[in-house]
Amino acid sequence: MNLEITTEEIDQKVFVNIKGEVDLYSSPEVRKKIFDLVKKKAPVILINLEKVKYMDSSGVATLIEGLQQCNKYNGRFALYGLQDNVREVFELTRLDKIFEIYSDRESALKN
Amino acid sequence: MVEPIIKIRDLHTQYGDKKVLKGINLDIYPYETFVILGRSGCGKSTLLRHLIGLQKPTQGYIYIKDNNFVTASEKEKNDILKNIGMLFQSSALFNSMTVGDNVALPLREHTPQPDSTIKIMTRMKLGLVGLSGFENFMPAELSGGMKKRAALARALAMDPEILFCDEPSAGLDPIVAVGIDNLILKLKKAFKMTIVVVTHELESVFVIADRIALLHEGEFIFVGTKDEMRRSEVPVVRQFLQRAPDEDDMDKDKFLNSLIGG
Repeated sequence: MNLEITTEEIDQKVFVNIKGEVDLYSSPEVRKKIFDLVKKKAPVILINLEKVKYMDSSGVATLIEGLQQCNKYNGRFALYGLQDNVREVFELTRLDKIFEIYSDRESALKN
Repeated sequence: MVEPIIKIRDLHTQYGDKKVLKGINLDIYPYETFVILGRSGCGKSTLLRHLIGLQKPTQGYIYIKDNNFVTASEKEKNDILKNIGMLFQSSALFNSMTVGDNVALPLREHTPQPDSTIKIMTRMKLGLVGLSGFENFMPAELSGGMKKRAALARALAMDPEILFCDEPSAGLDPIVAVGIDNLILKLKKAFKMTIVVVTHELESVFVIADRIALLHEGEFIFVGTKDEMRRSEVPVVRQFLQRAPDEDDMDKDKFLNSLIGG
């Protein structure tokens, strides 16, 4: 399944909408999109994972890199809409402790 | 209906005149932990070598996700193998490389990932097996249990759909062995893998297995759940469960002939 990534910017907040499966072969595409935003020092990057059915450890590692780069300029990097299986990977690897994770777009925006 | 992820059909193997596998059939389903149990020399390691493409059977087929692994070209085989992780009994780490480089190797060889991502993935996998902070150690600096866990981290590097484990707790003390069993259960939950374990360790089987097959003299004489195995009346299954030795039904003449070469 192909990966689709779109971005939308609203009030200096960039939403990265990812659709499909993030795996070893598609995660470099996610990385490129996130790094483009990080290079521009986007103050708030919100990753929408509502339509991500599967994410392997390369996808998770890519998000860790995004968070790390964003932290360097004190930007905000948060995830929302994780499906159960994706959330489980974050929980079992204890990465839910280092990421801001929200159930939906509204809660991600509120915080 | 769920399709099997691995299908074995009429698989035969023989070394010279000795028949090791005698036409076995088996279906393994996605996300199950399937244990192939059997005594030393029963053919289970041979079967595992067929499953990872190290050895061709004499006859029969193995389908992995509907790809015929036996007749596949080298390229097709390599593509199938990218979805398979293998934990070798000997760990099989490269002694000249650090633990981190051992884990990173398949990612560097087979994926387009940049090195920064590979480093994070490597640390994640080492963390998962309880080896955080050991990436710069050499294999020789690790204990047997740690080597096994490092090898497991490497087997998981590519996020395989199927993980094969050959005698994962062999040679480990009972506490480390239980740790490896728990790790297998944790990985199954985290990554929703199909796990195929070849072993003769009964304690381990009843911890990790969803289903069990007992291979005896090249044939599956039992395939079922743990409870079905406990209730089985098949004599060899009962003997295995009770750890009973073989009866001494020696043929005197045959024994004498074997000594004098008659």
